[in-house]
Amino acid sequence: MITLTHVLALSAILFSIAIAGVFLNRKNIILLLMCIELMLLAVNFNFIAFSRVLGDINGQVFVFFILTVAAAEAAIGLAILVVLFRERRSINVEDLDTLQG
Amino acid sequence: MFASILFIIFSAVLIGAALAMILVKNPVHSALLLVLCFFASAVIWLMLDAEFLGIVLVLVYVGAVMVLFLFVVMMLDINIEEFRRGFARYWPVALAVAGFVVFAMVNLIVVKHLGGVALKAAPELPADYSNTRELGAVLFTRYAYAAQLAAVILLVASVAAIVLTLRRRAGGKPQDIAQQVAVSAKDRVRIVKMASEKRS
Repeated sequence: MITLTHVLALSAILFSIAIAGVFLNRKNIILLLMCIELMLLAVNFNFIAFSRVLGDINGQVFVFFILTVAAAEAAIGLAILVVLFRERRSINVEDLDTLQG
Repeated sequence: MFASILFIIFSAVLIGAALAMILVKNPVHSALLLVLCFFASAVIWLMLDAEFLGIVLVLVYVGAVMVLFLFVVMMLDINIEEFRRGFARYWPVALAVAGFVVFAMVNLIVVKHLGGVALKAAPELPADYSNTRELGAVLFTRYAYAAQLAAVILLVASVAAIVLTLRRRAGGKPQDIAQQVAVSAKDRVRIVKMASEKRS
């Protein structure tokens, strides 16, 4: 039988993989966005598992809103990426130094 | 027993696809592996009796968001080799941070069981339980205001995506609606009075 422990451990492993992905692919913005999607997925696992075990539907409403905001974030992020590529012909993080940060 | 085997299989697929996603060279392969991650997650969510969210994950994420990702990855002409330079330099840091997070969380969850909460069994659901009905009943009553805010966020996002990527080309033929509406008949039609002519 699936218990809360199994799902939470799976979610923790998934979140760590996403963190490692952010470190490894730190130059490529597209892969950074994908790793953020993976992190949000891991968080949603926690919400759904707790919602099931505690018998409380409110956790699933939260997942619904997280999915909405993540979809909006991906759409705007990719639009910015397309504009950026048109301007600079590159999406390498190291080339984005116009603000001298 | 059968449910446990399914859970283990799909968890293995999920973790394997996530690991491959952060390690493969080609961003297109990464996007496709992320799609596999979402599919495996949707199956696990279905097993956790969150049917509506499982289907939403497939429809919205696999059907819309990942298609958008694939579209952008394929549209941009990226030099993959440039990103791979220095890829191996940070893997000890990545491994250390990820390992620490896994250690801390698994210690809390598996060893200490979150102070006993994690050992609680999930309550049995009645035979006529409908996840969609339950979710809708809360979403449109207690969270009605938040649902409208979410709709506004989606509207703003779609408008922003269009405005950001809109490109005005030289030589385009855009419509000027105000000019079209303000036009009157005498600008377009000229009535000419003339005497009738004899047929030759």
